[in-house]
Amino acid sequence: MDATLVAELSAALSPDRVHTDQLEQVLYGRDASLMRGDTGVVCFPLTTAEVQACIRTALRHDRAVVPRGSGTGLAGGAVPLEQPVLIVTTKMTDIEVDVDNRVAWVQPGVINLDLTRHLRPLGFHFAPDPSSQQSCSLGGNIANNSGGPHCLAYGVTSAHVVAVEVVLPDGELTMLGGLGADPAGLDLRGAFVGSEGCMGIATRIAVRLTPNPPAVATLLADFVEPAHAAAAVSAIIAAGVVPAAIEMMDQRITQAVEAFVGAGYPIDAGAIVLIEVDGLPGGVAAETAKVREVCMAQGARSVRVAADEAERMLLWKGRKTAFGAVARVKPNYYLHDTVVPRTKLLDVLQQVYAIADRHDLIVMNVFHAGDGNLHPLLVFDAREPGILDRVHAAGEEIVRASLEAGGVLSGEHGIGLEKQPFMALQFTQPDLDAQARLRDAFDPDGRCNPAKVLPQGSRCGDLAHLDAHHRERLLADGVWV
Amino acid sequence: MSAGHGPLAPLPDRVVRDPALLAFADEVGGVDAGPVAIEGGRTQWHLGGHCEPGTRLVRAPAGVVAFEPAEMTIQVRAGTTLDELDAALEPAGQRVALQGLPGTATVGGVLSVGLSGPTRLGHGHLRETLLQARYVSAEGLLVTAGGATVKNVTGFDLCRVLVGSFGTLGLLGEVILRTRPRPQAAAWLSGPADPTALFDRLYRPVSLLWDGATVWLYLEGYPEDVEAQTAIALEAGLVPVDGPPPLPSGRHSAEPAALRSYRPDAPRSGRFVAEFGVGVVHGEWSGPTQAPPDASVVALNGRLKNLFDPTGRLNPGRDPLTPSNGKADHR
Repeated sequence: MDATLVAELSAALSPDRVHTDQLEQVLYGRDASLMRGDTGVVCFPLTTAEVQACIRTALRHDRAVVPRGSGTGLAGGAVPLEQPVLIVTTKMTDIEVDVDNRVAWVQPGVINLDLTRHLRPLGFHFAPDPSSQQSCSLGGNIANNSGGPHCLAYGVTSAHVVAVEVVLPDGELTMLGGLGADPAGLDLRGAFVGSEGCMGIATRIAVRLTPNPPAVATLLADFVEPAHAAAAVSAIIAAGVVPAAIEMMDQRITQAVEAFVGAGYPIDAGAIVLIEVDGLPGGVAAETAKVREVCMAQGARSVRVAADEAERMLLWKGRKTAFGAVARVKPNYYLHDTVVPRTKLLDVLQQVYAIADRHDLIVMNVFHAGDGNLHPLLVFDAREPGILDRVHAAGEEIVRASLEAGGVLSGEHGIGLEKQPFMALQFTQPDLDAQARLRDAFDPDGRCNPAKVLPQGSRCGDLAHLDAHHRERLLADGVWV
Repeated sequence: MSAGHGPLAPLPDRVVRDPALLAFADEVGGVDAGPVAIEGGRTQWHLGGHCEPGTRLVRAPAGVVAFEPAEMTIQVRAGTTLDELDAALEPAGQRVALQGLPGTATVGGVLSVGLSGPTRLGHGHLRETLLQARYVSAEGLLVTAGGATVKNVTGFDLCRVLVGSFGTLGLLGEVILRTRPRPQAAAWLSGPADPTALFDRLYRPVSLLWDGATVWLYLEGYPEDVEAQTAIALEAGLVPVDGPPPLPSGRHSAEPAALRSYRPDAPRSGRFVAEFGVGVVHGEWSGPTQAPPDASVVALNGRLKNLFDPTGRLNPGRDPLTPSNGKADHR
């Protein structure tokens, strides 16, 4: 480790917030993906000025910077490469509510659910609710343009971010967007949200406050056949109802979750669909009736409406802890996040099962069915020889099936390192080149989270930073670049 | 993909084959073809700086390419007018959240200008309707930004910077837009009332306009809900009306909270209609001078323009940094 670099960072922050020890090296070398990187200096700034100091120090020492929130990302976006200065924002947790402007200014380390809890007494919440909302940070949500079950009706993170204070990769401070109705210039705020840490580091974010709905109903529809469940999802949308959320879980995941949290799910169901409608009482009653009617017509065995808030919370707890429950089946999982046209859901889902069968793998499906956002979990034990090859081969086939149906590579998890190679399936060279130019406008030298998102050869020469030696080391770790 | 495989090629359907789009790209041409500007319905032609006189003008192709009602998305060429778009969606009971904008405006035009209509409070910013855009780049190439599905975070989000770019980064040729169900009931109400108190009592009204003395409220939804919200408005002294007031032609941008402290007796040199909860003020006066954007923002705008259009051939004279306030001069 470069002692001068560490000394300068320690002077700029404080020695207890600049870490280089072995435990941190291991801990911060990973996110929630399968990839492992090469951790450098781990910094924990408290303020915008400290983030600036970290970036400027890194610049002087010709080190890249990698921003990191809670590390719950599933695509390797926060995995450090080539010992960068890792800027961990978890200690930046201030919240400042501006009710008159219907926004809250938050620092990037604020946990998603903490913000919603903070807003609850005021009658508001933050609409994006990723399944990891108990642990994921707002900064990470901004970086990934995160979704969650309720994005079906409310939209993903980008629709809920009004302004972002950003330290740019050259250390300059800027404000993208603003509280005013029509900020002048290009929508740089929109470009920044979802840029996976490649365009700078958000240090303060103005997020929109969403009023809590006066009425909510959560329905659990129980199907014998997964095909009928998928057909019901399409039929609900086709009936002109856009619920707040439509989530589907197949039998394997339902059983794992039920054993894990006891959410009251029917374990003999072929698939269950969790539907939430919210808003004013008239619409909630009308949509509850319509959803029930559509589900029964598509072959549901039963449709249960949660009787009270406790039952409602329990139904959601099951859904949101699904990934954790997978550990009961196998120690590892590999997950794709493709989105398919809603009318192709059934077709692609059947292909996913067939692909897993062909590769002799267990697949579990728990996903945001309402917007066609699949989350097929290939569960496995990494100690089994040769299994990673099968997992990756099946993964590629799932991606191809989704894209061939007219879909896209990622609905909410982002591209990071893990999904990079597939970018060339979805986009042409001019498409990728245009994205590279957008990134170059913010980070001409590729200093901020280099070698992520765009595949090699997109134009910006990202991977030039990642020399052959480091690529080999990533591969040697059994990691799949 | 395992590391041993060769590079992947785009799937066949990702390569643009629509003859209308290919012809449009040919017409725009590459860098050698010189400056080019795009016109739509000319309903907001005066905004975003002045198109340099004598620039060769092109129009985007028009027409609906695909509409699958159960998908709740529609694929249209950018020269399609909002009236044509609405006519295509109406039989399926759907619409796109581009309400309150002129029907003769084109889809590509309103997206390139990027200013939402007066229902933004309830429907959201118009940029949220755009899922995929195909545009002709300064090099004359067709580029696809975004994707066809309602949810997508694949790669960097070019769609965002295209909306409100006044065609300075690329010329929109075709888009996929998100549709929504048309509401079962709707109502406009108006009367002298305190907009702040009304706003705080209602649940997500679609539009709340205020001219300093009178408010206009627009509600949409299920009949029972519209009725219940109407009751609140009636109690506050509003009465049913046919629609919103005419909006003055000037426009400036304020923070939503600033409208809460606007007072009817404040000196004004003309009529205004403010979008409560949003911050847009339509005024007959030039509005307060807006602070110039920060130098860092100006620099980022400039870098982006240079990277996308190094010779400055796309819509010369247009600049998204031109403030949208001030009286329209209808040049």
